[in-house]
Amino acid sequence: MDIRSIHALLRDRFENIIGELQTPERGDASIAVAAEGLADVCRFLRDNDATRFDFLRLISSVDRGTRLSSIYHLYSYPHSHTAVLRVDVDREAPRVPSVSSIWASAEWHEREAFDMMGIIYENHPELTRILLPDDWEGHPLRKDYQPPAEYHGLTNT
Amino acid sequence: MNDVIQTFHQSGVGALCPVLLYVPTWLPFVLAYLVGGGIIVAFMAVMALVWTYGERRIAGFIQVRLGPNRVGPLGILQPLADAIKLLAKEDIMPSAANWGLFTAAPILVFLGAMLPFAVLPFSERIVLTNMQLGLYFVLAFQAIEVIGILMAGWGPGSKWSLYGGMRLAAQMLSYEIPMGLCVLVVIFLAGSLNLGEIVAWQSQGPWIFGWAIFRSPAAFVAFFMFYIAGLAGTKRAPFDLPEAESELVAGYHTEYSGLRFAFFFMSEYAAMYVVCALAAILFLGGWHGPIPRPALPENAAFFSTWLDAIHAQAGGGLSLAASLKVFAGTLAGTAFGKLGLTIAAYEIIGVINMFLKAFGLYFVMIWVRWTLPRIRIDQVMYLCLKVLLPFGLVCATWAAIQVVVFP
Amino acid sequence: MANETTREPADTLRTEELLINMGPQHPSTHGVLRLIVQTDGEMVRRTWPQIGFLHRCFEKIAESLDYAKVIPYTDRMDYLGSMNNPLPFCLAVEKLGGFAVPDRASYLRVIMAELNRIASHLLAFGTYALDLGAFTPFLYGFREREMILSIFEKISGGRLLYHYPRIGGVARDMTPEIAADIRAFLVQMRKVWPEYNTLLSKNQIFVKRTANVGVITREQAIAYGLTGPCLRGSGVAFDLRKAHPYCGYERFSFDVPVGEGAMGTTGDCWDRYWVRMAEMMESCKIVEQALDGLPEGPFFEKVGRSFDLPAGEAYVPCENPRGELGFYVVSDGSSKALRVKSRAPSFCNLCITDAICRDVLLADVVAIIGSIDIVLGEVDR
Repeated sequence: MDIRSIHALLRDRFENIIGELQTPERGDASIAVAAEGLADVCRFLRDNDATRFDFLRLISSVDRGTRLSSIYHLYSYPHSHTAVLRVDVDREAPRVPSVSSIWASAEWHEREAFDMMGIIYENHPELTRILLPDDWEGHPLRKDYQPPAEYHGLTNT
Repeated sequence: MNDVIQTFHQSGVGALCPVLLYVPTWLPFVLAYLVGGGIIVAFMAVMALVWTYGERRIAGFIQVRLGPNRVGPLGILQPLADAIKLLAKEDIMPSAANWGLFTAAPILVFLGAMLPFAVLPFSERIVLTNMQLGLYFVLAFQAIEVIGILMAGWGPGSKWSLYGGMRLAAQMLSYEIPMGLCVLVVIFLAGSLNLGEIVAWQSQGPWIFGWAIFRSPAAFVAFFMFYIAGLAGTKRAPFDLPEAESELVAGYHTEYSGLRFAFFFMSEYAAMYVVCALAAILFLGGWHGPIPRPALPENAAFFSTWLDAIHAQAGGGLSLAASLKVFAGTLAGTAFGKLGLTIAAYEIIGVINMFLKAFGLYFVMIWVRWTLPRIRIDQVMYLCLKVLLPFGLVCATWAAIQVVVFP
Repeated sequence: MANETTREPADTLRTEELLINMGPQHPSTHGVLRLIVQTDGEMVRRTWPQIGFLHRCFEKIAESLDYAKVIPYTDRMDYLGSMNNPLPFCLAVEKLGGFAVPDRASYLRVIMAELNRIASHLLAFGTYALDLGAFTPFLYGFREREMILSIFEKISGGRLLYHYPRIGGVARDMTPEIAADIRAFLVQMRKVWPEYNTLLSKNQIFVKRTANVGVITREQAIAYGLTGPCLRGSGVAFDLRKAHPYCGYERFSFDVPVGEGAMGTTGDCWDRYWVRMAEMMESCKIVEQALDGLPEGPFFEKVGRSFDLPAGEAYVPCENPRGELGFYVVSDGSSKALRVKSRAPSFCNLCITDAICRDVLLADVVAIIGSIDIVLGEVDR
């Protein structure tokens, strides 16, 4: 199935939760999904026979200035097709439901997105920092991130 | 040696110079054992040094690289450099360590490796003490190493040293059982615990076919089992998991540095030699080997010939200086006479045979270490208890039946 | 052991069991990985991998550099596969920018990528044997690896980090001398591979240490997002070079080795090891075909040092020696990326450690980590 059919299928089933299909001239198309319906959409995409997205490749986080995005790259081994989902959230309260109960690989990807971008994944079994030390302050990949002047005696100069 | 010295003292010395009778009997006795013991320790140390070099060189060749080749010509001074380095290191003791156990451990391990050398013969006459219970002595004192290992596990006060020490002690202790069963095979067949007599029993067949491995299929199998059990007992690869798990966590000798570590290190190489020499003596005919030895005349006894020479030389009542000259003269005469030279050739070829076999087995131990991966500890115990032990029992039973049916 | 700056699983711990720390420095050559292992006597109950010791802020740095300047940073992620790392990044940027890559450049990329795959698998083979106590295969593998590194040095100037695939092509052209070196290497590799096989693969001790250890089922492999030899070792016959070919891989014929449980269970450590061994031979085939069919022409399409990329986003995955390496490049129309996210295979493969290191012996943990074959540069980026 190509991305348009997947988008249509999802639109049919989930209506308001699914946003527009962004199809740039070059590059990948992505389907906008509202945060509150993400878990249902993902479960449907994994279990439905027509889509069968059993492989969660990657969860990225992007800071677009006005909002943060959590991007999900999916792949299906049986059907060999891909899909990209995008969840946009507020900078101030970036909460996205976790999909780690749907794909086990999501656990570490969500931890990294939390660590680097500060997106909080609800119902994640253990949402702690993964790359940075536990007592680090701030989320480095945000565009307005200021590195701390000092960390345990190490200065920033 | 005891009775020789007694006889000498009474009839040899006393006959020449009554002054020498005042020298107490035990003095030459003690001196002889001190000198002999010193030679043994020196041999052990030199051998450990030489074989560290040998191992590194052989390992290098197996691994398509040169071994040590910088220190001295062909790198033969490398062990000396290593020894100096180890001696010059700081002696560290962890603060949580139990001082007594920490210090005693290397000593006990070293003792366990060194004591068997007291009865280990190099040739028919070249042995420190030719004990009737020689074999039993070797096996018993090898077990002292286990106590040393346990102390080394607990002494440093580190939980990982404890883990490693316990595991290693279990491995060493368990493998003593199959080793003992294999040795039992030879004891049944040869009928003696005296190492010299065991080799004499093996010289009964034509050329090398008197060896134990050719005398009974039980002995043939027992040889290989003994060798494997020996590999495990000396914690050599592929049985070195307790040692090499130190790559991940910590092993029993990680907390030791400098001279203490040198003790552990040397005792490993010495224990290897003991196992190889024992295998050569018990199963491969010891010094009765591929190279044939000259035939000795009947009743070839060096000391009685020397004694006769002394009696022939002079009557009694010589001064000290003169009697010493007589000693020296007759000694030289007997030693370089026909009997002396024959005995010398006999013994030297015996030593060469012995070294051929022992060092050949030593080389195989090194070869195996650099070829095979490590066996996991539960698989090590499985091998011992479920494979070697039953086979050992079968071999021992077979040997017992063979001795009864075909005496 | 653990200090304030790292998380310690203290809340859920029963006091009878022991917490052992493996790492971050240990002689197994996998890098700075810290494993907190909860043991009950000999058995390992749970493990917590702690990463981040090699985090070098690659993604943040990439946001402040022109696209062409990011490539040396991609080299340093999986430092054992530097010919493979820049490929997905270059492909993503070329996709967004509409740059066409000449055929010769594609062939050269494939040749170097496959040679690097062989080198990486030789190292994996050697260090895995080393972890299990067989010291010699490590040095044998390095003998062939030296030949490959000399070839790389001739063509790129570097032995480990090459900066060779560039946006629009490759950095330098191949000379007949280098081609002769590659052919000589292929002859040598085909001669020694059966020796390695005899030395290690069928060795009973090695088999006992790796067969039926660390079994990853097919469903687990897919659910945890494993890729590469870890996935194929569990019986899933998926290889990006076959399923979604890039750089002209569809022109070459090769097989994809899959684990079948030949020595134990499908998906055990032996299968993953075997997939890597077999892949080395397949890579030899690919290199030979590419070398034979190398077309004439330019090896580089001039794109300039600094260029504006049209707005958009692209995710391109490639088959790294360790699995699927992909770069998600988000462009806002300027000459610097808005966001570069790297999907590192070792990071994704490592997450299965906790799930399969349950109720195994400590020695098995070493075997399992070795069979996953991680490079910490990639895990931490």
